Amino acid sequence: MLRISCPYCGVRDETEFHFGGPSHISRPPETVDDSTWSEYLFVRDNPAGLHFERWLHAYGCGRWFNMARDTLTHEIRAIYAMGDPRPDL
Amino acid sequence: MQRYSFLNLAWQALRGNASWQPAWREPRLKTGYDVIVIGGGGHGLATAFYLARKHGVRNVAVLERGWIGGGNSGRNTQVARSNYFYPVSSAFYDHSLKLYEGLGGELNFNVMLSQRGLIALAHSEHELEFLRRWCNAIRMNNVDSEMLAPEEIKRIASPIDLQGRFPVFGGFTQRRAGISRHDAVVWGFARGASNLGVDIVQNCEVMGFDIVGGRVHGVRSSLGPITADKVVMSVAGYSSHLAKLAGLRIPITTMALQAMVTEPVKPVLNAVVMSGSVHAYVSQSDRGEIVIGGGADAYNSYAQRGGLPQLRATIGAVLELFPSFSRLKLMRQWAGRVDITPDTSPLMGLTPVEGLFINCGWGTGGYKAIPAGGDTMAHTVAIGTPHPLIAAFGLDRFKTGALVDEGAAAGVAH
Repeated sequence: MLRISCPYCGVRDETEFHFGGPSHISRPPETVDDSTWSEYLFVRDNPAGLHFERWLHAYGCGRWFNMARDTLTHEIRAIYAMGDPRPDL
Repeated sequence: MQRYSFLNLAWQALRGNASWQPAWREPRLKTGYDVIVIGGGGHGLATAFYLARKHGVRNVAVLERGWIGGGNSGRNTQVARSNYFYPVSSAFYDHSLKLYEGLGGELNFNVMLSQRGLIALAHSEHELEFLRRWCNAIRMNNVDSEMLAPEEIKRIASPIDLQGRFPVFGGFTQRRAGISRHDAVVWGFARGASNLGVDIVQNCEVMGFDIVGGRVHGVRSSLGPITADKVVMSVAGYSSHLAKLAGLRIPITTMALQAMVTEPVKPVLNAVVMSGSVHAYVSQSDRGEIVIGGGADAYNSYAQRGGLPQLRATIGAVLELFPSFSRLKLMRQWAGRVDITPDTSPLMGLTPVEGLFINCGWGTGGYKAIPAGGDTMAHTVAIGTPHPLIAAFGLDRFKTGALVDEGAAAGVAH
């Protein structure tokens, strides 16, 4: 059970949250070619180690935030606001 | 190869079992091969076996960073089935099931295939309609499938509670589907490949590729550099990592998929029962253990262990359907490292690097695909172009938009 510290509500069980995939993926303008567009849609870094991802407190405050979590150990290294840049860890 | 047979068993037993040969050689790694297969799981070993068997390509090395079959091949729930929706998927998976049907004989290794049938359950009128459509699609793909009424399901899977929290409105069956012994499939392919001259090298990790002018010339491994004109990446959950070493980025997300077994009990369930909507599936192994699986854990993971929430959801669903199982002790629980693609269909064939091939993206459904995965990849590597059965599963479909979305048809949605 991941214990997640929601920036607005405090520490809650992972069952209150919804995982929203990787963070910091910017949507390119619609004028890009198919290759670039498909990369944006489908290609992912999928690292074994530090991963920056989005979480929604679905059964709590209903707000999104970012998380830096290790995908090998599940250790949560940082929680930061939606819209903030990747922290230096 | 020392053949396994009743006569041999008896002869060896009389001589104190002293002269059994190891099932596969432990060769010294050479400095170069014609083909390197990275990944000693079912798919990698099957690829090497069929390369040697069907194409006469024997100067092959399978490099496995751990022990063979230690990844997803040793962590699945052993189901073999071909009840898919799209014609391209059906053709592939049924080819695999047909290969499974002859595999014990082909490999001279008892893979313990038990075609006891699979039942997919419907828990509402709407779901029943959905299953009818799916069943029809399967039949139109020339694969066996038929609808079942609740009483027929009860006759086959007697511990089921038809009137529980998730009432059973009916379902469909694929009678040719079933289970086999996952370790035996790995070992059988390893023994077959090794006997044909394939070098299986364990504890050998690939750390990089030797790529010059867009062409692969070999790999750099923990045991030194190895040259090869053709390299196959067959490493499931670590595919993104390995592809990155070759300068490629692929549409894969790695997640934990849990499975578990109860203490062994006498035969009580003679089918694989799957419930898409409540997200769980159950069968009974030949050792008597009740084998349970469900959906993947919700977030990226390389940990090979899942968390309690998904475990609880899966077990809860199974116990609502099979209340008597609540009396069983859960004996063992584990997880694999599954490589999920955006359309839940595999990633197979050529890559932008010449001579470098890929076979991954099997997600939660790679075990049933092992024989056909190996067969089609061997063809692709030997001939140089994708086998017809896997043409639809190439990397470029994500650019062209020709996705093969088997999410709903795969049985347990990711």
